[in-house]
Amino acid sequence: MTNTLPKTASRRWNQRDYAPWLFLAPGMLMFMLYVIFPIFQSIWISFFEWDGLGPKTWVGVQNYVDLMDDDSFYTSLTNNIIWLVLYLLAIPAGLAVALFLNQTVTGIRLYKSLFFFPFVISQVVVGLIFSWFYAPDFGFLPKVIGFFTGTEVAILADDRFATYGVIAAGLWPQIAYCMILYLTGLNNINPEQVEAARMDHAKGWSMLWHIIIPQLRPATFIAMVVTVIGALRSFDLVSIMTVGGPYGSTRVLSYFMYEQALSEYGVAMGYGAAIAVVLFAIMLVFITIFIVRMLQQERNA
Amino acid sequence: MFPTPIAKTAPWVQRTYKWLLPIALILWLLPLIGIAVTSIRPSSDLAAGNYFGWPSGFNFIENYSAVFENSNIGWYILNSFKVTIPTVIGAVGLSCLTGYALAVYKFRSNLLVFFMFVAGNFVPFQILAIPVRDLTLNLGMYNTTMGLVMFHVAFQTGFCTLFMRNFIKGLPFALIESARVEGVSEWKIFWHIVMPLMRPAIAALAVLIFTFIWNDYFWATVMAQSSDVRPVTAGMNELKGQWKVAWELIAAASIIAALPPVAMFFLMQKHFIAGLTLGATKG
Repeated sequence: MTNTLPKTASRRWNQRDYAPWLFLAPGMLMFMLYVIFPIFQSIWISFFEWDGLGPKTWVGVQNYVDLMDDDSFYTSLTNNIIWLVLYLLAIPAGLAVALFLNQTVTGIRLYKSLFFFPFVISQVVVGLIFSWFYAPDFGFLPKVIGFFTGTEVAILADDRFATYGVIAAGLWPQIAYCMILYLTGLNNINPEQVEAARMDHAKGWSMLWHIIIPQLRPATFIAMVVTVIGALRSFDLVSIMTVGGPYGSTRVLSYFMYEQALSEYGVAMGYGAAIAVVLFAIMLVFITIFIVRMLQQERNA
Repeated sequence: MFPTPIAKTAPWVQRTYKWLLPIALILWLLPLIGIAVTSIRPSSDLAAGNYFGWPSGFNFIENYSAVFENSNIGWYILNSFKVTIPTVIGAVGLSCLTGYALAVYKFRSNLLVFFMFVAGNFVPFQILAIPVRDLTLNLGMYNTTMGLVMFHVAFQTGFCTLFMRNFIKGLPFALIESARVEGVSEWKIFWHIVMPLMRPAIAALAVLIFTFIWNDYFWATVMAQSSDVRPVTAGMNELKGQWKVAWELIAAASIIAALPPVAMFFLMQKHFIAGLTLGATKG
């Protein structure tokens, strides 16, 4: 094709060599400046003692050593694990809701949108709604619990239940998110396979397990990614509902970092950065798994 | 279709399903319904302990106008728009370019750059917070809407690039090839051939990013100190502290704060869901 106009062709080739970088330049520059470099800067800061204004003092790994002796750190870490494990329930729950709604009756579209509703509202509002729902003296849930057990529980003020109360609030929008992913997945299931399986008398659970769930794998993968990332990023709800309390029992790493380095009284930049690095390291494990998986898909495509 | 279409089941199953649907919905949205009803209760209801009964009156106008009169929420909403709209334009604009570059050109570091965007998109905000706040301070943009916009544009470019790149990969490549044979310049191919085809992707990303940024709370807290730049999410937290037990006002304010993304969702539902479920069907 190019042999008729060799000169133009070579000029075009040149253009095609540098064109991608021109297209990439503005976006990449911004992303480098605000996302990639700050990661390394934070790692660097974590080796200093710094109040954010004055000079930095090199302390080596002292911040990390201090972390190992800090009870708040272990509370936060434990809570992060609880968040992660319980958040994963959003995936089967979302699938269950999606299966329930995957019908063609009148008005089902509106039902689907309304079930999805919690995801559209900000976590700040979700947090306020649940604080009200849990409120002692008048909240709906304490009344229900009181009705069955005889004692009303102030969920968010009780360090045995507070974290679970916050997680439940987070699950509400997360289930909605997983539901919408599965509804889309179910929409694209190969009907011939399903019919063929029906011919073979597959139904109910065995159909779900052997025919449907394998076909939903792409949806499950995305649900997994957003749920794990969502669980580890949890910050808004803790900040709105409990401010880390009671007695710091609902802290998670993200909130602990905020308290140390970013809040009104937080001036321990080095220590805060060290907490952020630990959280980053945990997430990096998952990010790597996700990227490897996506890379495989990319190669197969 | 799975599960079995309800029309093909026994009549009693059909009847149960018909009843179950609205009941399940009400249970699912119970917290939201509660807050909506609370937002129109007279404060005397709450004082008298009538939290769940039928409201003794409908104070819709009183409560909602009280929210605007007793707080800066009007400002906060305006601030949210001032952060959200430029971010949407910036992030979607930049990612049209980056997405195009990564989808159309073959060069050695293509996948590396692509996965840099993808991976960066997943990092916890806390590892960025201290340096980003310093950078914003040094640029003289701390405590301004511009400072927030700059960060949001940069960060959202990660997700948007992933989205745009995959969308453009799905377009017929023959279009671009034949334009190249015709000798059309690379920029003109992008602008005149590919851009018009990207409209659905742009719409989907715009509603998604609008919602993400409107609902952002962490950066709004970290980067906006004064009430004349504070977006509504951070403002809500302040109002909650101010009003403490005036739940009818907190409820009304929550509804106001949630309204713009909700309206966006219902108006652009198809695009919103297309954006959110990208990749849920293939791969």
